[in-house]
Amino acid sequence: MRRNLTYALLALMLGGLIMVILKKKITGARTGSGEVSYNYEVRPILSDKCFACHGPDANKREAGLRLDMAESAYAKLKDGKGFAIVPGDPEASEVYRRITSADPGYVMPTPESHLSTLNEDEILVLKKWITQGAKYEPHWAFTVPVQQPLPEVDNPDWIKNEIDRFTLSEMEGLGLSPNEEADRAQLLKRLSIDLTGLAPSLELQQKFLDDDSENAYEKVVDELMSQKAYGERMALHWLDVARFADSYGYQNDDARTQWAWRDWVIHAFNSNMPYDRFVTWQLAGDLLPDANKEHILATAFLRNHKITEEDGVIPEEYRVEYHLDKTRTFTSGLLGLTVECAQCHDHKYDPVSQEDYYRLFAFFNSSREKGFDGSAGSGPAKTPVLTISNTEVKNLFSFINAPDTSQIVVSVMGESETPPATHVLNRGVYDALGKVVTAGALPAVMKFDSLKYPKNRLGLAQWTVAKENPLTARVFVNQVWQEIFGQGLVKSTGDFGMQGDLPSHPALLDWLAVDFMNHGWNIKRLVKQLVVSATYRQSSKTTREKQEKDPENIYLSRGVRTRVPAELIRDIVLSTSGLLNPEIGGPSVKPYQPKGIWEATTANRGSLARYVQDTDGLLYRRGLYTFIKLTLPPPAMIIFDASNRDHCEVKRQRTNTPLQALVMLNDPTVLEASRVLAERMSTRTIPLDKQITELFRRIVCRNPTANEIELLTDYYHTELATFSKDRKKAQTVLNVGDHLHEAHYEVSRAAALMRTISTIYNMEETITKS
Amino acid sequence: MEKPVFDFAMNSTRRHFLSRLSLGLGSAALGSLLVPDIFGKGGDEGGSGLIPGQPHFAPKAKRVIYLFQNGAPSQFELFDHKPLLNKMFGQDLPESVRGGQRLTGMTANQKNFPLAGSIFNFARYGASGAEISELLPYTSRIVDDICIIKSMHTDAINHDPALTFFQTGAQVGNRPSMGSWLSYGLGSENQNLPGFCVLLSRGLGNGQGVYSKLWTNGFLDSVHQGVQFSSGENPVLYLGDPEGMDRAERRRMLDKLAALNQGTYDEFGDPEIMAKIQQYEMAYRMQTAVPEVADMSKEPESVVKMYGPDCLVPGTYAANCLLARKLSEQGVRFVQLYHQGWDGHAALPKEIRGQCLDVDQASAALVTDLKQRGLLDETLVIWGGEFGRTNYCQGAFTQDNYGRDHHPRAFTIWMAGGGVKPGLVYGETDDFGYNIVSNPVHVHDLHATILNQLGLDHEKLTFKHQGRRYRLTDVSGKLVKGIIA
Repeated sequence: MRRNLTYALLALMLGGLIMVILKKKITGARTGSGEVSYNYEVRPILSDKCFACHGPDANKREAGLRLDMAESAYAKLKDGKGFAIVPGDPEASEVYRRITSADPGYVMPTPESHLSTLNEDEILVLKKWITQGAKYEPHWAFTVPVQQPLPEVDNPDWIKNEIDRFTLSEMEGLGLSPNEEADRAQLLKRLSIDLTGLAPSLELQQKFLDDDSENAYEKVVDELMSQKAYGERMALHWLDVARFADSYGYQNDDARTQWAWRDWVIHAFNSNMPYDRFVTWQLAGDLLPDANKEHILATAFLRNHKITEEDGVIPEEYRVEYHLDKTRTFTSGLLGLTVECAQCHDHKYDPVSQEDYYRLFAFFNSSREKGFDGSAGSGPAKTPVLTISNTEVKNLFSFINAPDTSQIVVSVMGESETPPATHVLNRGVYDALGKVVTAGALPAVMKFDSLKYPKNRLGLAQWTVAKENPLTARVFVNQVWQEIFGQGLVKSTGDFGMQGDLPSHPALLDWLAVDFMNHGWNIKRLVKQLVVSATYRQSSKTTREKQEKDPENIYLSRGVRTRVPAELIRDIVLSTSGLLNPEIGGPSVKPYQPKGIWEATTANRGSLARYVQDTDGLLYRRGLYTFIKLTLPPPAMIIFDASNRDHCEVKRQRTNTPLQALVMLNDPTVLEASRVLAERMSTRTIPLDKQITELFRRIVCRNPTANEIELLTDYYHTELATFSKDRKKAQTVLNVGDHLHEAHYEVSRAAALMRTISTIYNMEETITKS
Repeated sequence: MEKPVFDFAMNSTRRHFLSRLSLGLGSAALGSLLVPDIFGKGGDEGGSGLIPGQPHFAPKAKRVIYLFQNGAPSQFELFDHKPLLNKMFGQDLPESVRGGQRLTGMTANQKNFPLAGSIFNFARYGASGAEISELLPYTSRIVDDICIIKSMHTDAINHDPALTFFQTGAQVGNRPSMGSWLSYGLGSENQNLPGFCVLLSRGLGNGQGVYSKLWTNGFLDSVHQGVQFSSGENPVLYLGDPEGMDRAERRRMLDKLAALNQGTYDEFGDPEIMAKIQQYEMAYRMQTAVPEVADMSKEPESVVKMYGPDCLVPGTYAANCLLARKLSEQGVRFVQLYHQGWDGHAALPKEIRGQCLDVDQASAALVTDLKQRGLLDETLVIWGGEFGRTNYCQGAFTQDNYGRDHHPRAFTIWMAGGGVKPGLVYGETDDFGYNIVSNPVHVHDLHATILNQLGLDHEKLTFKHQGRRYRLTDVSGKLVKGIIA
């Protein structure tokens, strides 16, 4: 016990040291000559410790002092006693005196703020910065990205495309070297998960291993990206951004039918619709000069938010809430900004005033929708509604997978003929009307030129995808990077503002963003660029040295290794067992779910009071089609960190918990997949080690090691011994899931094999992208 | 286990190490040696000075049991006795009293607001002389153990936002629930049970449903999420092994699995793999610990008698109260009950009788039981709904039948144990029971006070997410010093 304690403490201390060393190195790498960088070193400190009281929020500004702009920071203090910052002279700067003071009545930040005082490093940075002239720079994310010359590297042989120049030069600067390329089996599984969300089939594995042509890798990338499953994989993240769900969300929580919009998203990714168009249609398809029904369908993006069906609500309160949600989805999902703060007051960190916020809100406030449009049971879509007839499905919407011939209804956008005036809402309260404002986008990001852009959502869309908009391309490129490399170049995917994380590779992010725009916002091209890079192809093995220098792999000197998203766990289990129903699109489905959980929470109104499980093929659809009832989303998915779809979500958590172990051990989906595979396998007469090898290759997507075969064989024999003595027990074990049993198999062997397979499904590697 | 644990620790920076731990390692030995209750801690990026698993100051309470009366019980029928309403029976609520209070859509079009006195009798009980209705005979016997707050008020007037506000400190959803905040702030006392458990039941009254966003972890790690217990075969979802799998067989399987995963670790060196092995071990321990705690069969006759016979029927409020005591006794930080059916818009007298039969005996029994076990001092029990009900009638109105609409301005809850003053009636409403006249307690104030009793400063318990430090109490909340013992 004592030894453990000593080790643990030692580890903590060492950890602290390593952190400091790495930080120092980064500082050195960024600033070269010893010049302190305002954006990278100074502003993070000022923003975190000072701006809450001395920043953009005019109402909470203390002592009239504003430190986020040079002009006001250099100006004479309001009390007349000196200057906050005197460029070149820290000792004469009130800021410096305050942060270094030991007097609780004088020191900054004040003890009441609960912000800890600055540490030595932080004080040193500010001192150096003031000494060097206290130069301010505009926030990096609010300046238009430009492509810098590609960095020189010591080892050009490693380079496969431009991405690698940026990553390698960072690695070289930090004394890291890239890993070797991952082996083919590993690469194929990684690619298959990233590009289709499925495990590669045995046939594809063999084909890729046997392909010794020089461009075998590019070929398999193209093959995977040409599959329809590519659109499903890409849609997954977008459904989180769009908070897509199958119910209305508030208390009575009846069913809604937005799924036709999901079909459109999958189709858009598969047909490689350019991102600027993808965004424009979703924000303002209905306002396009030649708007057709497909354009209008795309606008369901803005209507996926929760809608109340609670009797007795005050409609205006909810109408406002819906537009606040749209504003949040737009800023967080498309601009990577967190601006909800400005709903109640001027933003404390970013230059977004409350008035700016409501001017943005005004774009959505002219919508024709109602705060309350009927209680539970009043229909699966709310005003304005798009109706799609069966004939239209056949002619215009071939991508919609209609289950029958009935009309499809979707909640979409539509302008009111008599839009209400938009007011600033004091404290964000729907009926506390302040000053009237007109529509305009965030000036801190980019001027909204009303000569160029109409003052409606179409103008907002044009502003968003303008090449001069500094955020849109960066934010999307970063989201795609996150999905493929496990974390964004900007880790705070939803916050590119001043409190957000700084990019780990700013020049790379900008290069990619500009390249993306210059090539027509071509998403497939971007995805391919990432996955063919040498950076992507590295093995994910890690060493003690790499763990010490870069535990989170920020500098990308090894391949990505992360647990796959919730939906893909299901997809892997279904695809490797052969149970997957590969149908694309259509209404959401209700697979196995623990009994009674909807029933225990319902208010007994609406069509979703009881869970009615689907049957047959509908039980085996991909995870992204699982029905999401917002007040009780599918538990197996939530346990694996799926978005609850309550709000726009741009980054999922990735946790590792005992409940996840329980799902993998006991969810009928996994058990049934194991049973079906086992029964199929036991009808064949091949030696056990061959069986295990094949199963292992199917599920883990590589050849097992001798040790793995031995462990699994051994396990199989122990279980077989048990079942041979108790065939009834074997029957019981095999009795799981609705899928038909095979006709001829030996029960004890099948049961033993089922447990062996279930063990393989529970391996960490099975549900890991490695 | 020493070597892998050491390797694991060696491979990480401090913060990374701590946050990984929270996400998984959960090793009892290491966790409890580092700092008490480290399991369940999330890494606060905000540098709030919070030390994992340690309160800011000496706590009075260690655990909370929240008996949420979902749908909003009427304070007029239970605690807030207003004879004036009986005297003015049927007369219109004076506009001067209403003072511009906004109305729900259900009564906004009502032409008048006839005052409705309770048809139930009240009497004074205990040393405190608190007035309690005849509907709560058991509660009336514990008045000297509880603190009745008659001056609660909230911002919301509809169920969904009001419930969400009570549970998460914000009406909008997607913020961490109170139980998640406590799990985050204090960690878990038991390595084999979830730190935040949710128990659901329902009465026959008009129900309003509950939603998983009420026990969401929001932006905190999902290890802090409330775990919904069910009355079905599995108290915790996915807990039970499939039919035909006994404990020895599960053990065999897990041993093989650990060996396979160890092989992957040897190949890749990823600390997540070691964490995964630990998670399977904890799952295995949960499989024994949870059914044990949910098993009522060993409870003595005296306990069954105290909670009432329903306590042996899984899924009833009484059974949930008993289970709450057992979970709490095992160190579960926050047990959240919801009992549905209090939304008395019509036929309130009939419905509330049934609801009280469901909850009165068991709620009182829980307090008494905890007290007898010496646990009441360290366990904070809270009873109440999301808002109150109007003093005037909604809909059809007769001498003995009426309904009441939602009322956010004044309502009653009670608290017991956990360093809250027993035998106290706190706060007062006017003679109409419409407005608070002394000691108002806002939902944020209640939250601040609950955190305080657990040793946490509500202004310091923060989590930085997307650039902002969030709190349970948002930007307000004052300690209710008057109720603290």
